[in-house]
Amino acid sequence: MAEDKKAKKTNRKRNRAFMRLAILSMLVLAIGYTIYNSVTADDVEVLKVGDKAPDFALEDMEGNRHKLSDYKGEGVFLNFWGTWCEPCVKEMPAMDRQYKEYEEQGVHILAVNIAQSDFEVQSFADRFDLSFPIAIDRSKSVMTAYNIRPLPTTVLVNPEGDIQRIVTGEMSEQDIKGFMEEIKPQ
Amino acid sequence: MGKMQCKCGHVNPPGTILCESCGRSLTEEEQNKKLADMRYEGTARRSQTYNKSIIDKIWNFFSSVKVGVSIIVILLIAAAIGTILPQAQYVNVPVRNDATIKAYYADVYGEIGKIYHFLGFHDLYSSAWFILLVGMLAISLIVASLDRFVPLYRSLKNQRVLRHPSFMNKQRIYAEGPAPEDSMQKAEEKLKDLKYKVTLDKNGLLAEKGRFSRWGPYVNHIGLIIFLFGVMLRMMPGFYVDETLWIREGETRAIPDAPGYFLENKNFTMETYTGEGEDAKFEEAIDRVGTVAKNYQTDIVLYQTPEESLPGATDELEEVEEHAIRVNQPLKFDGYAVYQMDFRQNELRAMTFDLTNKETEESLGSLTIDLVSPEKSYDLGNDTRVDLLGYYPDFSGFENGEPQTETPIPNNPGFLVRMFTPETPDGEVSFIVIQNTIEPLGENQYKLTFQNAETRDVSGLTIRKDSTLPILGLGGLIFMIGVAQGMYFNHRRFWIQKQEDGGLVLAGHTNKNWYGLKKDLDQVSEFASLPPYIDQQEEIEKQEKLEKEQKLEGDELS
Repeated sequence: MAEDKKAKKTNRKRNRAFMRLAILSMLVLAIGYTIYNSVTADDVEVLKVGDKAPDFALEDMEGNRHKLSDYKGEGVFLNFWGTWCEPCVKEMPAMDRQYKEYEEQGVHILAVNIAQSDFEVQSFADRFDLSFPIAIDRSKSVMTAYNIRPLPTTVLVNPEGDIQRIVTGEMSEQDIKGFMEEIKPQ
Repeated sequence: MGKMQCKCGHVNPPGTILCESCGRSLTEEEQNKKLADMRYEGTARRSQTYNKSIIDKIWNFFSSVKVGVSIIVILLIAAAIGTILPQAQYVNVPVRNDATIKAYYADVYGEIGKIYHFLGFHDLYSSAWFILLVGMLAISLIVASLDRFVPLYRSLKNQRVLRHPSFMNKQRIYAEGPAPEDSMQKAEEKLKDLKYKVTLDKNGLLAEKGRFSRWGPYVNHIGLIIFLFGVMLRMMPGFYVDETLWIREGETRAIPDAPGYFLENKNFTMETYTGEGEDAKFEEAIDRVGTVAKNYQTDIVLYQTPEESLPGATDELEEVEEHAIRVNQPLKFDGYAVYQMDFRQNELRAMTFDLTNKETEESLGSLTIDLVSPEKSYDLGNDTRVDLLGYYPDFSGFENGEPQTETPIPNNPGFLVRMFTPETPDGEVSFIVIQNTIEPLGENQYKLTFQNAETRDVSGLTIRKDSTLPILGLGGLIFMIGVAQGMYFNHRRFWIQKQEDGGLVLAGHTNKNWYGLKKDLDQVSEFASLPPYIDQQEEIEKQEKLEKEQKLEGDELS
């Protein structure tokens, strides 16, 4: 009888400890998740390295339609830019040189201009004699989908269609070459 | 601490003050008190009793009301400090990113600003330590409530009718003395009349009313926790949207954080009161401050792309509705609300120039450059045309001979043109900015003379979505129910026992509103001829006052 009582007591104690552990760990998890969310919210909110790159369709200056998912199996070097942005202007010629080298190896460049006029974009392309396709995101919907804040931002999409890397700010020619290597199909 | 067995035989959990069964005082301290400590019915707070494993220790820490109050105080102090310097969202920096905001605090507020930023006060509600503190408050609320609610519930559920005399005479309301034979029955009758729940046991009676008032604080805490949960959800992506969209007249833009939705700005209007006619009542105010705004309005069209449509493909937009967004009259769709928040007027939209001979001032015709989509060439007829070589919307100077633009907004448009006329078939190059013409390749015969400009307005809209509002509302409602439950209802109890000598012993208790309890008791006493009761607390206070006075008198005498 006494032993029975004792067993019951230890049982109850164990149950209580278990309940407390469960409640505490649930709360700790909730708080941890909240903090994690608020800390990462400052960076690119929706997109992270490793995420699937959101599909989009844009028409370039020559009228060719570029759909991201059509480039599956190949690397895509997605560069968001504007003519007013100095570092964008600086990295463009280097991008063009590397484009000529890597185009045949399956790395495409698509330069997405943020809602400027055809005239501005065309005269810019002519000035630097750029050979890669340039598209204008007139409604800023691709920019919104990729949550682009500062310019230039370059999103590197690997052959699997995932985001390999997000680069904000100016890239040197060496950087560009390295990034192209990263997303080159094997 | 071990289990505590009362003289009546009941075994109480360790830490109990008043026996759960008969109400005898169990600790020496309690025995020496004149009045019983009825908080939580004298039960043991669960956590006071165990202090063994780490989990128990953590649990005990959060169970303490002192800890809970300390967390609240720290949160209040932090929130107060957070108001000393502006929060990051109100800081004005040309380019918004972490580095510029950090630099802003250091530049404007010096060392203090640096520390402020370092500690996360610049974005207080998102700083990890603040969230951690709020989370700890939530833990404290839950743990402290559970620890008190469970024993209190158990104790009230199992309470006995018959209590030990030492429990009875330590209640604040107490009476003893002879009473007529039928007073027990009469008291029972009257108490039932007053909506008390009456239980009888042998020679005793327990009358109880409004027990649910005791759960008020716990209901209140549940409301708070739901509220905090709602606040937590706000930080999750998708639950809370607060975005700004600047949209020019004639533009169509993707709505940030509302995938698949687009807005077109048809027209922005700002109206002011004229001070005449119907608006005459504003005359005085207009004289005083210049203008009084009557209306800010953006006429928009809302579009949606078909489900399978991709970003960038804007040719498939489907119109959803037309709407006039005004202050406090937002556009609402799919859980989103779009508010009129700001505006900029008179941004350049198009500029008209005359091609004129500099000497004779004779015009060969005019051309209008649409700044939204400039053309490559403007033909004026008669072998006269103007080719646009370059357009710089926000001209900021030359770099290596190349004109630069600071932003894509036409604040200071610059045009590089080549003008062809029958007289100058090879063309003359000219660079035009507002009120200035540069002729980089030598003296020209012709120039572009500015005639007029078209402007458009830019509307500043705010996009909001808050899926957590129903949760916050529910939390608030439950909170208020808890408050009302605990504040406006009282848990009143009377214990009456018939003594062997035929006399009665009576005790009364309530969690608040002793006046109401006494009023009830007055009615019962009169009806059932109960012995007169005393308010022992008042007696004690009276006694203390008397002693004090006597002491004062004594001091004066000596």
